[in-house]
Amino acid sequence: MPIVDVRDLRKNYSVEQALAGVTFSVETGTFFGIIGADGAGKTTLMRILVTLLNADSGEVHILNYNIVNDMQILRSKIGYMPQRFSLYGDLSVKENLTFFADVFNISGKDRKERMAKLLRFSRLEQFQKRRASNLSGGMKQKLALSCALIHSPKLLILDEPTTGVDPVSRREFWDILKELRNDGVTLIVSTPYMNEAAMCDELLIMHNGRVLKKGTPAELVGDYPCDLYRVASDNKTVTCSNRITMPDSVVQMYPSGGAVHVAVRKGFPVDAGWKNHLLTLINGAEIIEKLQPDIQDLFFMLIAENGNQKNNS
Amino acid sequence: MKPIETNALTKKFGYYTAVDKISVSVEKGEIFGFLGANGAGKTTAIRMLCGLLVPSGGSGTVAGFDIMRQSDKIRSRIGYMSQKFSLYSDIDVIDNLKLYGSIYGLHGYLLNNRIKEMSGFLEMGSLLQRKTGDLPWGWQQRLSLACANLHKPQILFLDEPTGSVDPVSRRIFWDFIIELASGGTTIFITTHHMDEAEYCHRISIMVNGRIADVDTPFALKKKTGSDSLQDAFIKIVEPQN
Repeated sequence: MPIVDVRDLRKNYSVEQALAGVTFSVETGTFFGIIGADGAGKTTLMRILVTLLNADSGEVHILNYNIVNDMQILRSKIGYMPQRFSLYGDLSVKENLTFFADVFNISGKDRKERMAKLLRFSRLEQFQKRRASNLSGGMKQKLALSCALIHSPKLLILDEPTTGVDPVSRREFWDILKELRNDGVTLIVSTPYMNEAAMCDELLIMHNGRVLKKGTPAELVGDYPCDLYRVASDNKTVTCSNRITMPDSVVQMYPSGGAVHVAVRKGFPVDAGWKNHLLTLINGAEIIEKLQPDIQDLFFMLIAENGNQKNNS
Repeated sequence: MKPIETNALTKKFGYYTAVDKISVSVEKGEIFGFLGANGAGKTTAIRMLCGLLVPSGGSGTVAGFDIMRQSDKIRSRIGYMSQKFSLYSDIDVIDNLKLYGSIYGLHGYLLNNRIKEMSGFLEMGSLLQRKTGDLPWGWQQRLSLACANLHKPQILFLDEPTGSVDPVSRRIFWDFIIELASGGTTIFITTHHMDEAEYCHRISIMVNGRIADVDTPFALKKKTGSDSLQDAFIKIVEPQN
Protein backbone atom coordinates (compact mmCIF):
# COMPACT_ATOMS: atom_id res chain seq x y z
CA MET A 1 0.00 0.00 0.00
CA PRO A 2 1.43 3.37 -0.94
CA ILE A 3 2.02 5.79 1.93
CA VAL A 4 1.73 8.76 -0.43
CA ASP A 5 -0.64 8.83 -3.39
CA VAL A 6 -0.69 11.90 -5.61
CA ARG A 7 -3.21 12.28 -8.45
CA ASP A 8 -3.12 14.98 -11.12
CA LEU A 9 -1.87 17.70 -8.82
CA ARG A 10 -1.95 21.25 -10.24
CA LYS A 11 -0.84 24.59 -8.88
CA ASN A 12 -0.49 28.02 -10.51
CA TYR A 13 1.15 31.12 -9.11
CA SER A 14 -0.41 34.12 -10.90
CA VAL A 15 0.98 33.57 -14.40
CA GLU A 16 3.37 30.75 -13.67
CA GLN A 17 2.35 27.12 -13.76
CA ALA A 18 4.25 25.45 -10.92
CA LEU A 19 2.62 22.01 -11.13
CA ALA A 20 0.97 20.93 -14.36
CA GLY A 21 -0.65 17.62 -13.41
CA VAL A 22 1.62 15.52 -11.23
CA THR A 23 0.74 11.88 -10.50
CA PHE A 24 2.86 9.38 -8.58
CA SER A 25 2.89 7.25 -5.47
CA VAL A 26 5.45 6.30 -2.83
CA GLU A 27 5.48 2.90 -1.15
CA THR A 28 5.85 2.64 2.63
CA GLY A 29 9.45 2.43 3.78
CA THR A 30 10.94 3.84 0.56
CA PHE A 31 13.83 6.26 0.44
CA PHE A 32 12.32 8.43 -2.29
CA GLY A 33 14.30 11.15 -4.07
CA ILE A 34 13.05 14.09 -6.13
CA ILE A 35 15.35 15.83 -8.60
CA GLY A 36 14.76 18.44 -11.28
CA ALA A 37 16.01 21.73 -12.68
CA ASP A 38 15.29 24.96 -10.81
CA GLY A 39 11.64 25.87 -11.18
CA ALA A 40 10.65 22.24 -11.84
CA GLY A 41 8.10 22.42 -9.00
CA LYS A 42 9.88 20.35 -6.34
CA THR A 43 9.42 22.77 -3.45
CA THR A 44 5.79 23.51 -4.40
CA LEU A 45 5.06 19.78 -4.46
CA MET A 46 6.67 19.24 -1.05
CA ARG A 47 4.85 22.19 0.50
CA ILE A 48 1.55 20.79 -0.70
CA LEU A 49 2.38 17.33 0.70
CA VAL A 50 3.09 18.76 4.14
CA THR A 51 -0.19 20.76 4.05
CA LEU A 52 1.47 24.20 4.05
CA LEU A 53 0.11 25.07 0.63
CA ASN A 54 -3.19 24.27 -1.07
CA ALA A 55 -3.21 22.82 -4.57
CA ASP A 56 -5.56 24.27 -7.22
CA SER A 57 -6.79 20.81 -8.12
CA GLY A 58 -5.90 17.14 -7.81
CA GLU A 59 -5.91 14.79 -4.87
CA VAL A 60 -3.34 13.68 -2.34
CA HIS A 61 -3.68 10.87 0.19
CA ILE A 62 -1.04 10.26 2.81
CA LEU A 63 -1.40 7.26 5.13
CA ASN A 64 -4.91 6.99 3.68
CA TYR A 65 -5.83 10.45 4.95
CA ASN A 66 -6.91 13.20 2.60
CA ILE A 67 -4.48 16.10 2.95
CA VAL A 68 -7.21 18.73 2.84
CA ASN A 69 -9.87 17.16 5.08
CA ASP A 70 -7.53 15.48 7.53
CA MET A 71 -4.87 18.16 7.68
CA GLN A 72 -4.64 18.27 11.49
CA ILE A 73 -4.19 14.51 11.88
CA LEU A 74 -1.60 14.41 9.13
CA ARG A 75 0.50 17.17 10.60
CA SER A 76 1.14 14.97 13.63
CA LYS A 77 2.35 12.17 11.37
CA ILE A 78 4.57 14.06 8.93
CA GLY A 79 7.96 15.60 9.61
CA TYR A 80 9.12 18.43 7.37
CA MET A 81 12.51 20.05 6.98
CA PRO A 82 12.21 23.14 4.76
CA GLN A 83 14.95 24.38 2.45
CA ARG A 84 15.76 27.49 4.45
CA PHE A 85 17.09 27.14 7.96
CA SER A 86 14.05 27.76 10.12
CA LEU A 87 15.29 27.28 13.67
CA TYR A 88 15.78 29.97 16.26
CA GLY A 89 19.37 31.21 16.12
CA ASP A 90 19.22 32.75 19.59
CA LEU A 91 18.06 29.52 21.21
CA SER A 92 20.45 26.72 22.08
CA VAL A 93 20.34 23.28 20.50
CA LYS A 94 18.41 21.93 23.46
CA GLU A 95 16.02 24.90 23.60
CA ASN A 96 15.16 24.51 19.93
CA LEU A 97 14.32 20.84 20.50
CA THR A 98 12.26 21.71 23.57
CA PHE A 99 10.37 24.32 21.57
CA PHE A 100 9.44 21.82 18.87
CA ALA A 101 8.48 19.25 21.51
CA ASP A 102 6.08 21.86 22.96
CA VAL A 103 4.61 22.60 19.53
CA PHE A 104 3.85 18.91 19.07
CA ASN A 105 2.57 18.46 22.63
CA ILE A 106 5.26 16.06 23.67
CA SER A 107 5.88 16.26 27.39
CA GLY A 108 7.08 14.44 30.49
CA LYS A 109 9.09 11.28 30.26
CA ASP A 110 8.36 10.88 26.59
CA ARG A 111 9.95 14.23 25.81
CA LYS A 112 13.03 13.51 27.87
CA GLU A 113 13.61 10.18 26.18
CA ARG A 114 13.10 11.41 22.66
CA MET A 115 15.31 14.43 23.11
CA ALA A 116 18.10 12.30 24.51
CA LYS A 117 17.74 9.84 21.66
CA LEU A 118 17.75 12.55 18.98
CA LEU A 119 20.77 14.31 20.44
CA ARG A 120 22.67 11.04 20.46
CA PHE A 121 21.44 10.11 17.00
CA SER A 122 22.43 13.44 15.45
CA ARG A 123 25.76 13.47 17.30
CA LEU A 124 24.89 16.82 18.86
CA GLU A 125 25.01 15.71 22.50
CA GLN A 126 28.13 17.68 23.34
CA PHE A 127 26.78 20.83 21.66
CA GLN A 128 23.37 20.99 23.33
CA LYS A 129 24.13 24.27 25.10
CA ARG A 130 25.46 25.98 21.98
CA ARG A 131 23.32 28.60 20.27
CA ALA A 132 21.92 27.43 16.95
CA SER A 133 23.38 30.47 15.16
CA ASN A 134 26.87 29.38 16.22
CA LEU A 135 26.63 25.88 14.75
CA SER A 136 28.43 24.96 11.54
CA GLY A 137 26.35 24.39 8.41
CA GLY A 138 26.36 20.62 8.81
CA MET A 139 25.37 20.77 12.49
CA LYS A 140 22.53 23.21 11.77
CA GLN A 141 21.09 20.73 9.31
CA LYS A 142 21.36 17.89 11.84
CA LEU A 143 19.56 20.01 14.41
CA ALA A 144 16.83 20.89 11.92
CA LEU A 145 16.47 17.18 11.18
CA SER A 146 16.21 16.37 14.89
CA CYS A 147 13.48 19.00 15.32
CA ALA A 148 11.58 17.53 12.36
CA LEU A 149 11.80 14.11 14.04
CA ILE A 150 10.69 15.12 17.55
CA HIS A 151 7.16 13.71 17.09
CA SER A 152 8.43 10.43 15.57
CA PRO A 153 6.79 10.96 12.17
CA LYS A 154 6.12 8.00 9.87
CA LEU A 155 6.87 10.15 6.84
CA LEU A 156 9.72 12.63 6.64
CA ILE A 157 9.91 15.21 3.87
CA LEU A 158 13.20 17.08 3.36
CA ASP A 159 13.68 19.90 0.87
CA GLU A 160 17.36 20.05 -0.20
CA PRO A 161 18.69 19.30 3.29
CA THR A 162 22.34 19.21 2.19
CA THR A 163 22.58 22.32 0.01
CA GLY A 164 25.59 24.39 1.08
CA VAL A 165 26.87 21.57 3.31
CA ASP A 166 30.42 20.30 2.83
CA PRO A 167 31.06 16.78 1.48
CA VAL A 168 32.07 15.26 4.83
CA SER A 169 28.98 16.53 6.67
CA ARG A 170 26.84 15.62 3.68
CA ARG A 171 27.94 12.02 3.86
CA GLU A 172 27.26 11.90 7.60
CA PHE A 173 23.81 13.42 7.06
CA TRP A 174 22.95 10.80 4.46
CA ASP A 175 24.17 8.03 6.77
CA ILE A 176 21.66 9.32 9.32
CA LEU A 177 18.88 9.33 6.70
CA LYS A 178 19.69 5.74 5.78
CA GLU A 179 19.47 4.74 9.46
CA LEU A 180 16.01 6.31 9.59
CA ARG A 181 14.96 4.38 6.53
CA ASN A 182 16.18 1.17 8.17
CA ASP A 183 14.05 2.06 11.19
CA GLY A 184 11.01 2.07 8.89
CA VAL A 185 10.55 5.78 8.26
CA THR A 186 9.51 6.71 4.71
CA LEU A 187 11.65 9.55 3.36
CA ILE A 188 11.02 11.99 0.53
CA VAL A 189 14.13 14.06 -0.21
CA SER A 190 15.03 16.58 -2.90
CA THR A 191 18.67 17.26 -3.74
CA PRO A 192 20.80 19.11 -6.30
CA TYR A 193 23.62 16.57 -5.78
CA MET A 194 23.29 13.76 -8.28
CA ASN A 195 25.52 11.38 -6.32
CA GLU A 196 23.05 11.67 -3.43
CA ALA A 197 20.12 11.02 -5.76
CA ALA A 198 21.82 7.81 -6.85
CA MET A 199 21.61 6.52 -3.25
CA CYS A 200 17.79 6.66 -3.16
CA ASP A 201 15.61 3.57 -3.58
CA GLU A 202 13.44 5.34 -6.10
CA LEU A 203 13.62 8.66 -7.95
CA LEU A 204 11.13 11.11 -9.40
CA ILE A 205 12.57 13.41 -12.06
CA MET A 206 10.52 16.58 -12.51
CA HIS A 207 10.67 19.23 -15.20
CA ASN A 208 8.54 22.34 -15.71
CA GLY A 209 5.86 21.13 -13.29
CA ARG A 210 5.58 17.63 -14.73
CA VAL A 211 6.95 14.19 -13.96
CA LEU A 212 9.52 13.20 -16.58
CA LYS A 213 10.53 9.84 -15.15
CA LYS A 214 10.09 7.66 -12.11
CA GLY A 215 12.02 4.53 -11.21
CA THR A 216 14.92 3.06 -9.32
CA PRO A 217 18.30 4.63 -10.18
CA ALA A 218 19.25 1.39 -11.97
CA GLU A 219 16.05 1.39 -14.05
CA LEU A 220 16.48 5.04 -14.95
CA VAL A 221 20.06 4.80 -16.15
CA GLY A 222 19.11 1.57 -17.92
CA ASP A 223 16.84 3.71 -20.14
CA TYR A 224 19.69 6.06 -21.10
CA PRO A 225 19.05 6.64 -24.80
CA CYS A 226 22.66 6.93 -26.05
CA ASP A 227 26.01 5.17 -25.89
CA LEU A 228 28.22 7.01 -23.44
CA TYR A 229 31.99 7.42 -23.75
CA ARG A 230 34.54 8.88 -21.39
CA VAL A 231 37.36 10.85 -22.96
CA ALA A 232 40.26 11.39 -20.57
CA SER A 233 43.97 11.57 -19.98
CA ASP A 234 46.17 9.49 -17.71
CA ASN A 235 48.02 12.43 -16.24
CA LYS A 236 45.78 15.50 -16.26
CA THR A 237 42.29 16.93 -16.26
CA VAL A 238 40.79 17.35 -19.70
CA THR A 239 37.89 19.60 -20.53
CA CYS A 240 35.92 20.74 -23.55
CA SER A 241 34.87 24.17 -24.68
CA ASN A 242 31.21 24.84 -25.41
CA ARG A 243 32.34 26.33 -28.73
CA ILE A 244 33.40 22.97 -30.19
CA THR A 245 31.55 21.90 -33.32
CA MET A 246 30.51 18.37 -32.50
CA PRO A 247 30.31 15.57 -35.07
CA ASP A 248 26.71 14.67 -36.06
CA SER A 249 26.97 11.37 -34.20
CA VAL A 250 27.46 13.22 -30.88
CA VAL A 251 24.29 14.16 -29.03
CA GLN A 252 26.03 16.08 -26.27
CA MET A 253 29.37 16.39 -24.49
CA TYR A 254 30.34 17.97 -21.21
CA PRO A 255 33.15 17.94 -18.67
CA SER A 256 32.64 15.56 -15.75
CA GLY A 257 35.00 14.33 -13.04
CA GLY A 258 38.12 15.65 -14.74
CA ALA A 259 37.22 13.97 -18.04
CA VAL A 260 34.74 14.67 -20.84
CA HIS A 261 31.58 12.62 -21.24
CA VAL A 262 30.41 12.14 -24.81
CA ALA A 263 26.92 10.83 -25.55
CA VAL A 264 26.77 9.19 -28.98
CA ARG A 265 23.67 8.14 -30.95
CA LYS A 266 22.77 4.63 -29.89
CA GLY A 267 24.30 1.97 -32.09
CA PHE A 268 26.54 4.41 -33.99
CA PRO A 269 29.54 2.40 -35.24
CA VAL A 270 32.46 3.90 -33.35
CA ASP A 271 35.67 3.20 -35.29
CA ALA A 272 39.30 4.28 -35.02
CA GLY A 273 38.84 7.25 -37.38
CA TRP A 274 35.95 8.56 -35.33
CA LYS A 275 37.92 8.15 -32.12
CA ASN A 276 40.92 9.99 -33.52
CA HIS A 277 38.71 12.83 -34.68
CA LEU A 278 37.24 13.11 -31.19
CA LEU A 279 40.69 13.13 -29.61
CA THR A 280 41.69 16.09 -31.77
CA LEU A 281 38.60 17.98 -30.61
CA ILE A 282 39.33 17.50 -26.91
CA ASN A 283 42.61 19.05 -25.95
CA GLY A 284 45.10 16.74 -24.22
CA ALA A 285 42.90 13.64 -24.28
CA GLU A 286 44.37 10.25 -25.11
CA ILE A 287 41.85 7.71 -23.80
CA ILE A 288 38.37 6.90 -25.06
CA GLU A 289 36.44 4.26 -23.19
CA LYS A 290 32.83 3.18 -22.98
CA LEU A 291 31.14 4.29 -19.79
CA GLN A 292 28.10 3.23 -17.79
CA PRO A 293 25.92 6.37 -17.45
CA ASP A 294 25.01 7.60 -13.98
CA ILE A 295 22.17 9.79 -12.72
CA GLN A 296 24.00 12.99 -13.65
CA ASP A 297 24.50 11.80 -17.23
CA LEU A 298 20.82 10.89 -17.40
CA PHE A 299 19.81 14.24 -15.96
CA PHE A 300 21.85 16.18 -18.55
CA MET A 301 20.30 14.08 -21.30
CA LEU A 302 16.72 14.58 -20.09
CA ILE A 303 17.14 18.34 -19.75
CA ALA A 304 18.66 18.55 -23.23
CA GLU A 305 15.76 16.53 -24.65
CA ASN A 306 13.09 18.52 -22.87
CA GLY A 307 14.55 22.01 -23.11
CA ASN A 308 16.20 23.90 -20.32
CA GLN A 309 13.67 26.43 -19.16
CA LYS A 310 16.43 28.88 -18.42
CA ASN A 311 17.71 28.91 -21.95
CA ASN A 312 14.57 29.72 -23.80
CA SER A 313 12.81 32.06 -21.42
CA MET B 1 53.05 40.70 -9.37
CA LYS B 2 50.60 37.95 -8.51
CA PRO B 3 46.90 38.79 -8.30
CA ILE B 4 46.61 37.18 -4.86
CA GLU B 5 49.45 36.42 -2.49
CA THR B 6 49.29 35.84 1.26
CA ASN B 7 51.92 34.99 3.81
CA ALA B 8 50.84 33.39 7.11
CA LEU B 9 47.57 35.34 7.01
CA THR B 10 45.77 34.96 10.33
CA LYS B 11 42.49 36.06 11.88
CA LYS B 12 41.60 35.60 15.52
CA PHE B 13 38.29 36.34 17.16
CA GLY B 14 39.14 36.52 20.86
CA TYR B 15 40.76 33.19 21.70
CA TYR B 16 39.40 31.54 18.58
CA THR B 17 41.65 31.32 15.54
CA ALA B 18 39.41 31.31 12.48
CA VAL B 19 42.20 31.56 9.91
CA ASP B 20 45.56 30.17 10.95
CA LYS B 21 48.63 31.28 8.98
CA ILE B 22 47.46 30.58 5.47
CA SER B 23 49.79 31.20 2.56
CA VAL B 24 48.37 31.11 -0.94
CA SER B 25 49.59 32.42 -4.24
CA VAL B 26 47.29 32.65 -7.23
CA GLU B 27 48.35 33.31 -10.83
CA LYS B 28 46.72 35.66 -13.32
CA GLY B 29 43.90 33.94 -15.20
CA GLU B 30 43.90 31.03 -12.78
CA ILE B 31 40.67 29.49 -11.50
CA PHE B 32 41.53 28.81 -7.88
CA GLY B 33 39.09 26.67 -5.90
CA PHE B 34 39.12 27.58 -2.23
CA LEU B 35 37.47 24.55 -0.66
CA GLY B 36 36.95 23.38 2.88
CA ALA B 37 34.50 22.06 5.41
CA ASN B 38 31.73 24.27 6.80
CA GLY B 39 33.24 26.51 9.44
CA ALA B 40 36.82 25.94 8.25
CA GLY B 41 37.37 29.69 7.83
CA LYS B 42 36.88 30.20 4.09
CA THR B 43 34.52 33.16 4.30
CA THR B 44 36.69 34.85 6.93
CA ALA B 45 39.71 34.48 4.64
CA ILE B 46 37.81 35.87 1.64
CA ARG B 47 36.59 38.83 3.68
CA MET B 48 40.19 39.67 4.56
CA LEU B 49 41.29 39.40 0.93
CA CYS B 50 38.47 41.70 -0.14
CA GLY B 51 39.48 44.28 2.45
CA LEU B 52 36.33 43.85 4.51
CA LEU B 53 38.03 42.46 7.60
CA VAL B 54 41.38 43.43 9.13
CA PRO B 55 43.78 40.50 9.61
CA SER B 56 45.25 39.77 13.06
CA GLY B 57 48.57 38.68 11.63
CA GLY B 58 50.56 37.83 8.54
CA SER B 59 50.40 39.78 5.32
CA GLY B 60 48.89 39.70 1.89
CA THR B 61 48.48 41.55 -1.37
CA VAL B 62 45.55 41.54 -3.76
CA ALA B 63 45.98 43.10 -7.22
CA GLY B 64 49.35 44.28 -5.92
CA PHE B 65 47.96 46.27 -3.00
CA ASP B 66 48.45 45.62 0.69
CA ILE B 67 45.32 44.17 2.29
CA MET B 68 46.19 45.92 5.60
CA ARG B 69 46.55 49.45 4.31
CA GLN B 70 45.18 49.75 0.80
CA SER B 71 41.80 48.06 0.95
CA ASP B 72 40.11 50.97 -0.85
CA LYS B 73 42.39 50.43 -3.86
CA ILE B 74 41.69 46.69 -3.74
CA ARG B 75 37.93 47.09 -3.70
CA SER B 76 37.81 48.92 -7.02
CA ARG B 77 39.85 46.16 -8.67
CA ILE B 78 37.90 43.15 -7.51
CA GLY B 79 34.39 41.80 -8.06
CA TYR B 80 32.49 39.87 -5.41
CA MET B 81 29.51 37.59 -5.72
CA SER B 82 27.98 35.25 -3.18
CA GLN B 83 25.11 32.81 -3.07
CA LYS B 84 23.09 35.27 -1.05
CA PHE B 85 23.46 37.71 -3.91
CA SER B 86 22.17 41.14 -3.24
CA LEU B 87 20.14 41.96 -6.31
CA TYR B 88 17.09 44.17 -5.93
CA SER B 89 14.19 41.96 -6.90
CA ASP B 90 11.58 44.70 -7.41
CA ILE B 91 13.43 46.50 -10.17
CA ASP B 92 14.21 45.55 -13.77
CA VAL B 93 17.38 43.71 -14.75
CA ILE B 94 18.76 46.81 -16.50
CA ASP B 95 18.26 48.90 -13.36
CA ASN B 96 20.23 46.45 -11.24
CA LEU B 97 23.05 46.65 -13.78
CA LYS B 98 22.95 50.46 -13.78
CA LEU B 99 22.91 50.58 -9.99
CA TYR B 100 25.90 48.25 -9.58
CA GLY B 101 27.78 49.98 -12.39
CA SER B 102 27.34 53.37 -10.79
CA ILE B 103 28.40 52.07 -7.38
CA TYR B 104 31.68 51.17 -9.08
CA GLY B 105 31.93 54.63 -10.61
CA LEU B 106 30.80 53.83 -14.13
CA HIS B 107 28.40 56.22 -15.87
CA GLY B 108 27.24 57.53 -19.23
CA TYR B 109 28.65 55.99 -22.37
CA LEU B 110 31.10 53.76 -20.49
CA LEU B 111 28.37 52.26 -18.30
CA ASN B 112 25.99 51.64 -21.20
CA ASN B 113 28.77 50.09 -23.18
CA ARG B 114 29.74 47.68 -20.40
CA ILE B 115 26.11 46.71 -19.81
CA LYS B 116 25.83 45.94 -23.51
CA GLU B 117 29.05 43.90 -23.42
CA MET B 118 28.15 41.92 -20.30
CA SER B 119 24.57 41.19 -21.30
CA GLY B 120 25.84 40.06 -24.70
CA PHE B 121 28.49 37.85 -23.15
CA LEU B 122 26.06 36.25 -20.69
CA GLU B 123 23.38 35.92 -23.39
CA MET B 124 20.82 37.86 -21.42
CA GLY B 125 20.16 40.80 -23.76
CA SER B 126 16.48 39.88 -24.14
CA LEU B 127 15.92 40.01 -20.38
CA LEU B 128 16.98 43.56 -19.63
CA GLN B 129 13.45 44.89 -19.23
CA ARG B 130 12.22 41.98 -17.09
CA LYS B 131 11.59 42.35 -13.39
CA THR B 132 14.54 40.77 -11.58
CA GLY B 133 12.49 38.86 -9.01
CA ASP B 134 10.48 37.10 -11.75
CA LEU B 135 13.54 35.47 -13.29
CA PRO B 136 14.43 31.84 -12.60
CA TRP B 137 17.34 31.30 -10.20
CA GLY B 138 19.84 30.40 -12.87
CA TRP B 139 19.24 33.73 -14.59
CA GLN B 140 19.43 35.75 -11.39
CA GLN B 141 22.76 34.11 -10.77
CA ARG B 142 23.96 35.16 -14.21
CA LEU B 143 22.77 38.72 -13.59
CA SER B 144 24.64 38.68 -10.32
CA LEU B 145 27.80 37.65 -12.16
CA ALA B 146 27.23 40.48 -14.65
CA CYS B 147 26.88 43.02 -11.81
CA ALA B 148 30.09 41.82 -10.16
CA ASN B 149 31.93 42.06 -13.45
CA LEU B 150 30.80 45.42 -14.90
CA HIS B 151 33.86 47.35 -13.74
CA LYS B 152 36.21 44.80 -15.34
CA PRO B 153 37.71 43.55 -12.09
CA GLN B 154 41.10 41.86 -12.32
CA ILE B 155 39.98 39.35 -9.73
CA LEU B 156 36.55 37.83 -9.14
CA PHE B 157 35.72 36.43 -5.71
CA LEU B 158 32.86 33.95 -5.90
CA ASP B 159 31.71 32.71 -2.50
CA GLU B 160 29.45 29.69 -3.07
CA PRO B 161 27.88 31.22 -6.16
CA THR B 162 26.02 28.05 -7.13
CA GLY B 163 24.63 26.68 -3.85
CA SER B 164 21.24 25.29 -4.79
CA VAL B 165 21.39 25.58 -8.54
CA ASP B 166 20.67 22.48 -10.62
CA PRO B 167 23.51 20.69 -12.48
CA VAL B 168 22.59 21.99 -15.92
CA SER B 169 22.43 25.66 -14.89
CA ARG B 170 25.67 25.23 -12.99
CA ARG B 171 27.39 23.93 -16.08
CA ILE B 172 26.24 26.92 -18.13
CA PHE B 173 27.49 29.22 -15.35
CA TRP B 174 30.89 27.51 -15.41
CA ASP B 175 31.22 27.93 -19.16
CA PHE B 176 31.16 31.68 -18.50
CA ILE B 177 33.63 31.44 -15.63
CA ILE B 178 36.07 29.47 -17.77
CA GLU B 179 35.76 32.03 -20.56
CA LEU B 180 36.37 34.93 -18.18
CA ALA B 181 39.48 33.22 -16.85
CA SER B 182 40.86 32.54 -20.31
CA GLY B 183 40.43 36.29 -20.94
CA GLY B 184 42.78 36.96 -18.01
CA THR B 185 40.41 37.44 -15.07
CA THR B 186 41.62 35.65 -11.96
CA ILE B 187 38.88 33.59 -10.30
CA PHE B 188 38.88 32.77 -6.58
CA ILE B 189 35.90 30.53 -5.85
CA THR B 190 34.41 28.49 -3.01
CA THR B 191 31.97 25.67 -3.65
CA HIS B 192 30.68 22.49 -2.05
CA HIS B 193 30.00 20.93 -5.45
CA MET B 194 32.96 18.66 -6.15
CA ASP B 195 32.04 18.29 -9.82
CA GLU B 196 32.62 22.05 -10.11
CA ALA B 197 35.89 21.91 -8.24
CA GLU B 198 37.12 19.71 -11.09
CA TYR B 199 36.95 22.76 -13.37
CA CYS B 200 39.46 24.64 -11.21
CA HIS B 201 43.11 24.80 -12.21
CA ARG B 202 44.18 24.30 -8.62
CA ILE B 203 42.28 23.84 -5.39
CA SER B 204 43.17 24.30 -1.76
CA ILE B 205 41.41 22.39 1.00
CA MET B 206 40.98 24.19 4.28
CA VAL B 207 40.49 22.38 7.60
CA ASN B 208 40.16 24.14 10.96
CA GLY B 209 41.63 27.43 9.72
CA ARG B 210 44.63 25.85 7.98
CA ILE B 211 45.26 24.86 4.42
CA ALA B 212 45.64 21.10 4.47
CA ASP B 213 46.66 20.78 0.82
CA VAL B 214 46.93 22.71 -2.45
CA ASP B 215 47.20 21.04 -5.82
CA THR B 216 45.49 20.36 -9.13
CA PRO B 217 42.29 18.29 -8.85
CA PHE B 218 44.02 15.53 -10.75
CA ALA B 219 47.00 15.42 -8.39
CA LEU B 220 44.78 15.48 -5.29
CA LYS B 221 42.84 12.49 -6.54
CA LYS B 222 46.04 10.69 -7.43
CA LYS B 223 47.84 11.28 -4.14
CA THR B 224 44.83 10.17 -2.08
CA GLY B 225 44.13 7.22 -4.38
CA SER B 226 40.59 8.43 -5.05
CA ASP B 227 38.33 7.98 -8.07
CA SER B 228 36.44 11.16 -7.36
CA LEU B 229 37.30 14.54 -5.94
CA GLN B 230 34.60 14.02 -3.34
CA ASP B 231 36.48 11.00 -1.98
CA ALA B 232 39.76 12.91 -2.11
CA PHE B 233 38.16 15.76 -0.16
CA ILE B 234 36.84 13.40 2.50
CA LYS B 235 40.19 11.64 2.82
CA ILE B 236 41.99 14.94 3.32
CA VAL B 237 39.48 16.54 5.70
CA GLU B 238 38.46 13.61 7.86
CA PRO B 239 41.71 12.64 9.60
CA GLN B 240 42.29 16.25 10.67
CA ASN B 241 38.87 16.84 12.19
